[in-house]
Amino acid sequence: MEVSSLPISASHRAKLISAGYISISSLSSISPAHLARDLGISENEATGILKVASQRGGPERTIPSHHSIVDGLRAQTAWDMLHEEESCRRITTSCADLDDILGGGISCKEVTEIGGVPGIGKTQLGIQLAINVQIPLEYGGLAGKAVYIDTEGSFMVERVQQVAEACIKDMQEYDSFLRKDLPARQVNLQANDFLANIYYFRICSYTEQIAVINYLEKFISEHKDIKVVIVDSITFHFRQDFDDMALRTRLLGGMALKLMKLAKKFTLAVILLNQVTTKYSGGSFQLTLALGDSWSHACTNRIILYWNGNGRYAHIDKSPSIRSASAPYAVTGRGIRNLASNCKRVKLILRARLAHDEHICRSLI
Amino acid sequence: MRKSVNRVWRRVMANKLISEMGLPKSIANIFAARNIHTAKDALSLTEFELMELLDVGLAEVTTAVSSISEISCPPYQTALSLLEQRMHNEHLAGHLPTRLKGLDAALCGGIPFGVITELVGPAGIGKTQFCLKLSLLASLPSSHGGLDGHVVYVDTESKFSSRRMIEIGVNSFPEIFQIEGMAQQMAGRILVLQPTTPTEFSECLQKIKDSLLQHHVKLLVIDSMAALVSGDGQGQCRQHPLGWHMTFIKSLAEFSRIPVVVTNQVRSHSGDDPFHYSFQDSRQNLDFPTTFDSHLVAALGIPWAHAVSIRLVLESKSGQRFIKVAKSSMSPPVAFTFAISASGISLLHDDGIEMTGPEINAICGQVLKHFNVASSINDAHNIKYFRDFEVTVVYSIKNWSFRVVCG
Repeated sequence: MEVSSLPISASHRAKLISAGYISISSLSSISPAHLARDLGISENEATGILKVASQRGGPERTIPSHHSIVDGLRAQTAWDMLHEEESCRRITTSCADLDDILGGGISCKEVTEIGGVPGIGKTQLGIQLAINVQIPLEYGGLAGKAVYIDTEGSFMVERVQQVAEACIKDMQEYDSFLRKDLPARQVNLQANDFLANIYYFRICSYTEQIAVINYLEKFISEHKDIKVVIVDSITFHFRQDFDDMALRTRLLGGMALKLMKLAKKFTLAVILLNQVTTKYSGGSFQLTLALGDSWSHACTNRIILYWNGNGRYAHIDKSPSIRSASAPYAVTGRGIRNLASNCKRVKLILRARLAHDEHICRSLI
Repeated sequence: MRKSVNRVWRRVMANKLISEMGLPKSIANIFAARNIHTAKDALSLTEFELMELLDVGLAEVTTAVSSISEISCPPYQTALSLLEQRMHNEHLAGHLPTRLKGLDAALCGGIPFGVITELVGPAGIGKTQFCLKLSLLASLPSSHGGLDGHVVYVDTESKFSSRRMIEIGVNSFPEIFQIEGMAQQMAGRILVLQPTTPTEFSECLQKIKDSLLQHHVKLLVIDSMAALVSGDGQGQCRQHPLGWHMTFIKSLAEFSRIPVVVTNQVRSHSGDDPFHYSFQDSRQNLDFPTTFDSHLVAALGIPWAHAVSIRLVLESKSGQRFIKVAKSSMSPPVAFTFAISASGISLLHDDGIEMTGPEINAICGQVLKHFNVASSINDAHNIKYFRDFEVTVVYSIKNWSFRVVCG
């Protein structure tokens, strides 16, 4: 491993290389005082450099074998990851057709980008997920909390109240429909309880947007039950008045990486809402999601909401684990629902309940 | 007042000085030495770039960036406390009732504070009428359900008619307007600005921002937005010509927590307007424009459509006028029939028609078959709001009632 890849300051790096220390192994058996003399720096600085080098160079010092290299670099085998992927919870969207094509719902542990034309229902879906993540475990939910980062001012509390009340009604209906023989169980939740579990940040510039994403790591470690982070929308402050496109690409790339790290570290779902723009391709103008081609590679999953014929559809444009498909959905007074009849609603809760039971069984094995 | 001042202060989080953040002296000095003074300067660079520039290790940079981020990050609140704050501090939890029962119900109380509400429709449909009525409603005293405040009306097309506004007032709120001097007081609260060039328009906006707090302005109307802007940022154009105005007006609405109503024009759908994504096979899907008998789209383009929070589409179809809630994060897609009368706009039925398909966004521009002008047409003022129709009748008819057939 090369000294040039160490995360130390540029001048220290230059000094190390000019003094002849090219690889990390050359630093393995040297004392701080000796290094300080060689480089012409203080002993404290030399100790710091050696500490960083030992952290990075660890695996090379032991006898090379598959497992120790794997351990040193914090890697996992694919078999372990399979178990993790299967036990990973998903957040329902309250629309059975949409849940079907998503493999059960929005996956926790990944970044999902959702884009569409104005008025198609992006904010609606965001609000629905912020509510659905809070559904108690007994109803097949995650009993988690939500962080809603609003960059455009589209978060309307009255709507959140409506969706929360509809969600409670659904839970009550499920109870009365499927647990008829059991003693009546009261759903002890109020709409305000749902509202109290949504942490709302209002962002007014791209600096604040970067700041809040940086701050989230600390915030989420203090509020461990947050299970979803919604950014509505990721585009707004990066779209206008940005003269330096290269800077924009770098900043967006940095943000995407940080969000992916958050999703993986805390096992939560990160949802980024995006706007649309036009691009010229194949001889005509087409719709495409904003922020450019380099951004389109940044997110793990990409869902496009669009109008098709007489209804709203969601299309899975990009996903490493789910096949590409489209499903219809509707935006109703109660939130995101199926385009079809109401009876599917109870089926949805039943399905979630069965999945929950299955999960419990599996963990007992 | 203090709340608004706090918001103004919060506006400049991005410009917060690093020297005032309480970072360890050593790192603060390094930032200053490299000309990085504000949070914006620091956060616009990636961590590796900062490492190179400041000549410090990754660990130090990460700690510094995370402190800067924590300090520049706006404070959070729960959705519940947001709701309680609005219910406590604002009129009807942040809504201006339009007095159109069905529409108010759909919008959870009325035109929301703090965001842009757009009225879009073909010429002569009633956008200005709606704006006049809203101006009046905002200036009414709170005892009559108004906001008891001043209104700034930016009139870019010289459409403002105070005579018509008083007429609306007299017919809708006779008990107020019959009181001596009330009409004068109400009209005195409405400040009309008429910029004629894009530069004047920009200056207007700046002046409005400065005087918003001092003059208890409770409503801002811009009629219309499209008039002083050329083009609509379509196709390859990256920098939207309206870009600066859009973010400015949006942040104005946000920090002053007042309703902002903007009217928008329509233009014909051109062959270049995209409606499909690359994954949609255009042969399979119905061709959007020809399904509906209209070839109109809202002006100002897609970025503007994203920036507004509520879009109300006004259109006419088969002799009937509709107002549709095309975009609103708190309402299902509904349409109401309306008519224009002496007391402004009124809904014919309070129960809306729910529209689940894309026709909620379509703008139909069929000219009305005919309409009755039964009341006397005495002066050119009344003719003004019918001028956009193809009227083949001489204007200077006095004291006669007649039917105008057009289209």
